Amino acid sequence: MAENNHSQTQSTGAQTTGHVWDGDLQELNNPLPAWWTYAFYASMVFAVVYWVVYPSWPVGKGFLTGMSTVSYANAEGKQESWHWNTRAKLLKETQDAVIAQKPYYDKVASYTYEQIANSPELSSFVISAGKAVFSENCAACHQAGGQGKVGFFPNLTDDDWLHGGSFEKINETLHKGRRGYMPAFAEALDQTQIDNLAHYVLSLSDNKVDPAKALKGKELFHSQTAACFYCHGDDAKGRQVIGSANLTDKVWLWADVPGSNDSAAKLTAIKQVISAGLNKGVMPAWEGRLNTEQIKLLTVYVHELGGGK
Amino acid sequence: MFKNFKHEKIETNAGLLLVLTMFAVSIGGLVEIAPLFFIKDTMENVEGVRPYTPLESRGRDIYIREGCYTCHSQMIRPFRDEQLRYGHYSLAAESKYDHPFQWGSKRTGPDLARVGGKYSNEWHVQHLIKPTSVVPESVMPNYKWLQETQLDVSDVGDRLRALRVTGVPYSANADEYQRNVKQFGEATAKTLHIPDALNNLVNQAQAGNFDGDRSSVSEMDAVVAYLQVLGTMVDFNKIKPEDLVKFR
Repeated sequence: MAENNHSQTQSTGAQTTGHVWDGDLQELNNPLPAWWTYAFYASMVFAVVYWVVYPSWPVGKGFLTGMSTVSYANAEGKQESWHWNTRAKLLKETQDAVIAQKPYYDKVASYTYEQIANSPELSSFVISAGKAVFSENCAACHQAGGQGKVGFFPNLTDDDWLHGGSFEKINETLHKGRRGYMPAFAEALDQTQIDNLAHYVLSLSDNKVDPAKALKGKELFHSQTAACFYCHGDDAKGRQVIGSANLTDKVWLWADVPGSNDSAAKLTAIKQVISAGLNKGVMPAWEGRLNTEQIKLLTVYVHELGGGK
Repeated sequence: MFKNFKHEKIETNAGLLLVLTMFAVSIGGLVEIAPLFFIKDTMENVEGVRPYTPLESRGRDIYIREGCYTCHSQMIRPFRDEQLRYGHYSLAAESKYDHPFQWGSKRTGPDLARVGGKYSNEWHVQHLIKPTSVVPESVMPNYKWLQETQLDVSDVGDRLRALRVTGVPYSANADEYQRNVKQFGEATAKTLHIPDALNNLVNQAQAGNFDGDRSSVSEMDAVVAYLQVLGTMVDFNKIKPEDLVKFR
């Protein structure tokens, strides 16, 4: 084949590579556009510059680190530099952000909860930064608006608090987490007794129930047999020290009373909780995952959702 | 020597073309991958990373079986937005016992590299049974059979033995057990002993009660146990951030 003279096909006049097979098979020569070729060469030049500036080739047991560096403060607060890499860049960016947010977080740290809540300057910070932290960490359980979910996670916008709704108590809950517990009564009590208790519990929040059964339930509630009053209190209003529920208000967390249409369904919901007890209601501890200032910010955010006391 | 070289010689010789093509293609791999085996500084020497317990390991198997990795990554990149949302960036050391690693390549759902301890067990159970019941905007499918299906524990020892072949330090004999006691402490070493795998699995499921039902060991127990340990092994309060910078 191949006399290397660039000739033209006779039929179209297009340039060929000069290769000829089998006497008449030719290869057309369509050169790349000049702009494309120059862009290609430019990208090669760019690559060489990039190798010099940024980490590139592995060499022996190390690699070329490039000339670019990133400066950041080390744990002792001294500035130090390292060759450019994403971890160093992130450390620097994080430190810059901390400096930018410092005036706000300093105030969050030094102000009391009330001062934070009432400061016009900080309230917008609480709303934006607090909402961001809440959305990412809390909303999965307590839902985006803090309305919670009956049967699973407490509503944070009402004024009913299992463990206390003061700034201090909310802060404690966030730091240490919580764990709900109620013993199961299915074996200690018979079905009639549980039924009577359920009638009494419903009567406490003005539901219409059989008064005779409710009266028997009341006796049982305050007796040593069931001993409900130990945790829920003589007045059945719950004790925040141990996180027991207030049974006299119309706020329900575990038994889905508001979602039950008739009194039979309400009774079933209550009886289910009494029989099986509760070993859930776990609130994770957030210290370690969030820093102290973030938790303080969240405390104010949650308190201001509407139910803070 | 190239004076008489004709490209036609390669083009018309299939064997030569094959060999030279393979050589050309392998250059990229040799240059980019091979040096990583010699550069010592890619793996951070952090404390706390241990192999999964038998229950967590079975949970991981189910995670892979259900294809969770197609929508969830386990790789927090060193960017500020990811750090704010997911936590500290992932370290190479944190997936050194993962075979295969679950870094993933697509985030339809959030990254899970540090989901451990973030939510309660019951949240995970409820979320896996019906995600929209706790996250209304979620597009994740329901995985309710996890709660209903008994975990197949018959081959847990064999599964750990297979991982041991890949270099995960599960112990098959007394010598290896002693080595693990030195490396991980006695409490952890016990969970890595293959002859006790079945007992350890059942005990952890009973003690942890991950799915809220102590009467049996369900697949839900295993998956939740696995999710709850993700990203929790390294205590970043004990590490200076600038030390990690120097591993790159």
